[in-house]
Amino acid sequence: MKLSDYEPIVGKNVIEELKQLASRLSAKVVRNVNSTAVGGGVAEILSRMTPLLNELGLRAHWDVIKAEGEFFSVTKKLHNMLHGKKAELTQSEIDLFLETGEKNLKNMDLRGEIIFVHDPQPIILVKKKSQLKKSNWIWRCHIDVSQPNKQAWDFLKPYIEQYDVSVFSSPSFAQTLNIRQVLIPPSIDPLSDKNKELSGETINSALRKFGIVEDKPLIVQISRFDYLKDPLGVIDVYRLVKKYIDCQLVLAGGTATDDPESSKVLSEVRERAGRDPDIHILAVPAASDIEINALQRAASVILQKSIREGFALTVTEGLWKAKPVVASAVGGIPMQIRHKFSGLLSRTTEGTAYWVKQLLNSPEYAKALGEAGREYIKQNFLLTRHLRDYLLLFLSLYHNKDIVNI
Amino acid sequence: MRKIKKAEQPFTFYTRLHLQELTGRKARGLKELLEGIRDVSGSVIYHHTHRFLQQHQFLSPEPPNDFAYWITEILGEHKLGEELASIDTIQFSSIRALRNKLVETLEKHIGQMKDTGQGQFRVSTVEEQFHFVKTVSFILPSGYVARDIVEFVEILKKVTIDSIYFHVFEAKLRLEKQMNDFSYWIDTSCADPELAQKLSRLDPYTHTLEGLRAKIVNLVGKRIEEARV
Repeated sequence: MKLSDYEPIVGKNVIEELKQLASRLSAKVVRNVNSTAVGGGVAEILSRMTPLLNELGLRAHWDVIKAEGEFFSVTKKLHNMLHGKKAELTQSEIDLFLETGEKNLKNMDLRGEIIFVHDPQPIILVKKKSQLKKSNWIWRCHIDVSQPNKQAWDFLKPYIEQYDVSVFSSPSFAQTLNIRQVLIPPSIDPLSDKNKELSGETINSALRKFGIVEDKPLIVQISRFDYLKDPLGVIDVYRLVKKYIDCQLVLAGGTATDDPESSKVLSEVRERAGRDPDIHILAVPAASDIEINALQRAASVILQKSIREGFALTVTEGLWKAKPVVASAVGGIPMQIRHKFSGLLSRTTEGTAYWVKQLLNSPEYAKALGEAGREYIKQNFLLTRHLRDYLLLFLSLYHNKDIVNI
Repeated sequence: MRKIKKAEQPFTFYTRLHLQELTGRKARGLKELLEGIRDVSGSVIYHHTHRFLQQHQFLSPEPPNDFAYWITEILGEHKLGEELASIDTIQFSSIRALRNKLVETLEKHIGQMKDTGQGQFRVSTVEEQFHFVKTVSFILPSGYVARDIVEFVEILKKVTIDSIYFHVFEAKLRLEKQMNDFSYWIDTSCADPELAQKLSRLDPYTHTLEGLRAKIVNLVGKRIEEARV
């Protein structure tokens, strides 16, 4: 994608602003480092950001650390611990983490004005900072660290504090650190398969494929089959609504192969749904972005009844499609939904059902809420805003004030 | 009738872009919130009283400031929330003065709760606690310069809402100028105190930024029409 592709969506001024900011950073070498070239949100964002930064005149690179499978088992464990999971890193796991980091330190080219390290896997590369006098180091945390496991956090903290600045995705992830903490929420790409406009025919063919009828209101929750997304609670919500409004429910999401729990959750969900023909449980393969997009666009109401969340990009996607969204007030969701302004927040099954009924019975209110939600996402959570925040972050490395004339 | 004069000094349109920084400071109840409001930097107060204007600029009327929203929606203190939401921000020419008003309003409410024996202060869950965030502003020229009010109004129609935001809100309150930049220029460089006064009287906090743009374009446009008759 090129910057000009985004102009019809965000407007010429937004693109012009990006160019103006970038002109003040011209030719700076920005070296992104993460742990994987494909798969996962970080790689997806970097694959889109790097060419756009280059188009803007920076010299952006994207490098991936080299590591063996066992290293990733350790970092997966570390990742879960940062999410708050109870576990303990053993000495041999710590040794493997550090040895892999040291090997990469020796072999990687880390020259550049801005070294932008993503997530914990490559974190120890910052040891090179003292040898590279003119470089500025940024550590970008993409993980929910609102309630991290203490051992995991204490292990990483001395490395984080060697960076010049850290970046987190939500205010609730803020930590006590002796370096600056910048808030940069994630974003969605309006031109990706998951979010681009679809024709009526594409939407209808997806509905036919899944056996969904068009003459009943449709409640949709998109998320993997995980207890933390409360799919059983979603069925309870549907049943409370169904007493008064003849509607359908779609629960659609992937079942991760590395998550044995997901098939257990899926079978419990199927059992709870019973033989109700209006409940559609769809375990979709990973490459189903267009179908997911179609289901969201066909929805009358979108739910995200999570018990815990990171940022919840499924909420961003729903709002971007101008849908009324009812979601739990957890994780990054309150950042996206201001209750009764850009969507509705709920905290209980009964409360969620109450709001869904209100929306289905008041289509004009639902429409207005959805439109406000789309506008809010347009202003705050699209890729171009993310790019602008990165440019401002880079500029902030060279200016140490709260009001900066550039 | 008044002729349109060339301005003594041209008006340079600037724009501003914001980066948000986390402070790590949190509050779960009114007392912690009050302590936070007393201690944090002016850039934090600015963030929480003006963020809505930027992020929800398309809504009218805009939702209130972050403090009022959190106190109303999370703590369920509706009376205090309304008092904070209705603080007339336009009256204040410095963040310091605005902060004092917020502190005074919170202190009064907490005092009343104690006096009436309502000592049970509500607290939020950990998930919904208040996080103090600050705004770092980057100010840059937009590339547009007006030499009279005719050029001014044409440029005003096409600059970003960030530019309008900067000249109306940020210049006055954060940079502590006595009036918004548009009024000041029209008064001092265009020698039109009457029009300047009209722009000064607008309460920008009760308009969306697009609504404000339309209002200013309309007022200045009328003055141009009068001069052409």
